[in-house]
Amino acid sequence: METLPNSGEGFLKATLRPVSVFRFDQLSIIHNAMLRYIGRRLLLIPVVLIGLSILTFVISRVVPGDPVKLAAGTQARPEQIERLRADFGLDRPLVEQYLMYMGGLLQGNWGYSISNRREVGPDLVRYFMATLELTIVSTLLGMAIGIPLAIISARWRDRLPDHLARFFSIGTASVPVFWIAIILQIILAQNLRLLPVSGRFDARAEFPEIITGMLLFDTLLRGNFEGFGIALRYIIIPAMCQSLLVISVVTRQLRGDMLDMMSKDFVRVARANGIPERMIWLRYLMKNALIATVSMLGFIIGFQLGGAPLIEYVLDWPGIGQYALKAALLLDFQPIMGSTLFIGCVVVGVNLVTDLLYRSIDPRIGFR
Amino acid sequence: MTPLVEIRDLYCEMVTFDGVAKVLNGVSLTINKGDLLGVVGETGCGKSVTAMSIPRLVPQPPARYPSGQVLFNGQDVLKISAEEVRDLRARKIGVVFQDPMTGLNPVFTIEEQMVDSILARQNALHATGWGRGWLPSAREERRAARERAVQLLRRVGIPEPEKRIFTYPHEYSGGMRQRVLIALAISGRPELLIADEPTTALDVSVQAQILRLIAELVREINLTVMLITHNIGVVAQLCNRIAVMYAGNVVESGPTREILRNPKHPYTKGLMQAIPADNSVRGSLQGVAGNVPSLLAPPSGCRFHTRCSYVTDRCKAALPPMQIVAPDHEVACVLYEDGVPAS
Amino acid sequence: MAPVSSTQGALTRWRIEHASQLNDLRRGIYRFTRNWLSVIGLLIVVVLVIIAITAPGWVPYPDDIAGAVDPANRMKPPSAEHVFGTDDYGRDVFSRTMWATRTSLVVGIIILVVAISIGVVLGALAGYFGGWVNQVIMRATDIMLTFPGIFLALAISAVLGRGIEIAMLALSITWWPGYCRLVEAQMLKIREEDFVAGAKAVGASNLRIIFRHILPNLLTGIIVKASMDFGFAVLAIASLSFIGVGVQPPDPDWGSMISQGRRFIPSGWWYSTFPGLFMFVTVLGFNLLGDGLRDLLDPNATVR
Repeated sequence: METLPNSGEGFLKATLRPVSVFRFDQLSIIHNAMLRYIGRRLLLIPVVLIGLSILTFVISRVVPGDPVKLAAGTQARPEQIERLRADFGLDRPLVEQYLMYMGGLLQGNWGYSISNRREVGPDLVRYFMATLELTIVSTLLGMAIGIPLAIISARWRDRLPDHLARFFSIGTASVPVFWIAIILQIILAQNLRLLPVSGRFDARAEFPEIITGMLLFDTLLRGNFEGFGIALRYIIIPAMCQSLLVISVVTRQLRGDMLDMMSKDFVRVARANGIPERMIWLRYLMKNALIATVSMLGFIIGFQLGGAPLIEYVLDWPGIGQYALKAALLLDFQPIMGSTLFIGCVVVGVNLVTDLLYRSIDPRIGFR
Repeated sequence: MTPLVEIRDLYCEMVTFDGVAKVLNGVSLTINKGDLLGVVGETGCGKSVTAMSIPRLVPQPPARYPSGQVLFNGQDVLKISAEEVRDLRARKIGVVFQDPMTGLNPVFTIEEQMVDSILARQNALHATGWGRGWLPSAREERRAARERAVQLLRRVGIPEPEKRIFTYPHEYSGGMRQRVLIALAISGRPELLIADEPTTALDVSVQAQILRLIAELVREINLTVMLITHNIGVVAQLCNRIAVMYAGNVVESGPTREILRNPKHPYTKGLMQAIPADNSVRGSLQGVAGNVPSLLAPPSGCRFHTRCSYVTDRCKAALPPMQIVAPDHEVACVLYEDGVPAS
Repeated sequence: MAPVSSTQGALTRWRIEHASQLNDLRRGIYRFTRNWLSVIGLLIVVVLVIIAITAPGWVPYPDDIAGAVDPANRMKPPSAEHVFGTDDYGRDVFSRTMWATRTSLVVGIIILVVAISIGVVLGALAGYFGGWVNQVIMRATDIMLTFPGIFLALAISAVLGRGIEIAMLALSITWWPGYCRLVEAQMLKIREEDFVAGAKAVGASNLRIIFRHILPNLLTGIIVKASMDFGFAVLAIASLSFIGVGVQPPDPDWGSMISQGRRFIPSGWWYSTFPGLFMFVTVLGFNLLGDGLRDLLDPNATVR
């Protein structure tokens, strides 16, 4: 039998304990184990990132095309090209180039784009914030549709609502996003004229002041409701396309997990105890089922934060996927490195947060 | 006096992939207030289905009840509404299941589960955080429920319940969890406690403790108990009445002593012979040759005739009715149709 | 007549010996047909396979596949002659859409076969040997999983040139880590089981244990994942063609047709719409089928 280490104060705290589920009495225990766990996970991250950087570096440098010639243009004289090459250090040996780049990175210098001569670092942040905004909106939209759909589907299993909900969720997973983006553009923007065709903000309107880089939040923070309305209209089509993925994953995962849980004994016990069906579904099953869904959702959010190149490309949403895609098409070496590493960091970070969240919801796993 | 439970000629079928299984074949059973009824029989003979039909815990579908009545306090529970069923489960009947390891929700603390359940039994679910859980009055109700939960846990023998109530089920051993589940089952002060093989999944040493606990509770709070078990030894210790089931029928019932001393039905006799060899009889019995027949295509007439050494043509023709062979002692067998034979 | 009766005897004997498997199969078919979504999926897939095999025999304008040009019929809306309309070179969109089924299915199969082969071998090694072998392989898997597949495809096509083979190579390389993780996780579990210890005790070699004793047990999981992945592989190929590194014009492909049709929106809506719709139905068919198969084969995914 396990007893809690801080058992002396347990009873007092227990009687004074608020109705909410936050547990002060165990906080200190979880904390230490959690910190050690985070430390161990953080140690692995450099390994993954260094591997990723070498991989990206090798791939982007063995490319036969000459990025310098591409950037300098057809009119450039040979000595101009050579000077540009020297400016970017592209005439040195590969290993030296790699070490130079990584050295700069450690000082917070992400390098320059060879095609538009801009600094990569600030651009990455700016483009990433657009992706983050899109991810937040599409995830919320996807959950708002996916979670009720999953509950309906599980509740009326193998009946018509279930078939329809499953058909819908499998359908959302089957749509080619770049195609549905075009179709939505045709219908909503060009035929019905309800929404703008593409882009992120109306070029004729005054661009909102940037605080976080997420226009919906920035306009709200400044009380700029007109700007908020414009930004909202621009984000709808991209968010709809992006949320398809969220809907399909959330619905399938949650439905499956709820059905798994349905057959568990504790449901029978809860029924035998006279707990109403609604509460069994929304509280007892939900928390169990959400555990797996949270980890799935974290994976999906990480995936989205890597940018959706196709959606961002078709709908001209200035996100990190579009940035990376353009860089890749132009063989623009430092932005390719920068965006790959940046996305890698984000994915790894999101996975870590998801894992921590997962472990704190499920008391059985803990931080070992 | 109306009996607490009266099951009349209950039929139950399960729709499965392989066909319709006739799980209950006209079960009749009476439980009087204060009874400690032991229901014995092999796996798959319908003990659990009979018992779970009382709080309507047999999932429909796949189950269906073509005919029969299940009277609880004179009311047919097969005909009441979903809300009445919930109320019945909440305030009249407590159930303890076989496997304590999976009966508690792993992601809620014992406190949350017990408080929810106590409040559900008081029809005070508005205090559980759904709806107006944050109101001061709801907090008060929760606090009262928590106090009652601690008392119950202490009663069932959980050490330091005021602290351990805030831990999660995985921190409890199997025996402790079964104690918690018993506390949950009696938290609504039920009239009837259904214990479905409550000790089968436990260590032998723990089994005795749990049975003793149930016996104590019966004395303290006036429980009527329906105990389902493979183990006739357990019944002999604990119960005042026995019902023997075979393949969807009650074949013999009566006072424990009478049946142990003077078993009538060939199947009961077989069960008794099996006791000395092995005290925890499971599955097929040494005393009875052969196996339980498939309920998809059960034998005609008396379903035991395929394994019975006294079989006659009449056994195959029709199911023999219950015969009174001694005061309060009934048996369904053609051997006793013309009164008790001299044997 | 003697040989016939002996084969009949063999058949009966086989039936008796495999009675439980046959019963499982019957049960499986019953459950599968009860879920009409999977049945629809199966029907779609069967029709697609028939289309893919027989398309050369019946498409109305086979010449348009190779890139015939017919300026007189440029950008004609859907009509009786051209059900899906015509494109900017006057080619029949319907014929080209049907023909593209062939490429998509073959390419999808090749991608999965290559990815599964790599993933299974690496995952089996990592899971079976554990220790540093596991660390090296699984960290490499982590890196591959964080690396965006589309950029790998772009980079590879920049090195090796554009074309369908390159896209296939790139997608196979990005697709194996999923299988590697699946096999590794299962392997870690199964290698502790008694039958593995038994095989070791009688002196079976490591390779023999992996491939003869353990992998057959993982087959179900791999089939389930592959059936779920096939639709996505078709989508991925079309995505690459859409940005111009997959199938090269004039070869017909859904992705590149959608991409070219985009230039004629809104007046020439049919050019992008019909190939996309057909592709959607294709992927939907495979996903419905995959979902049904998962319900059927994955013991964890079903409660029935």
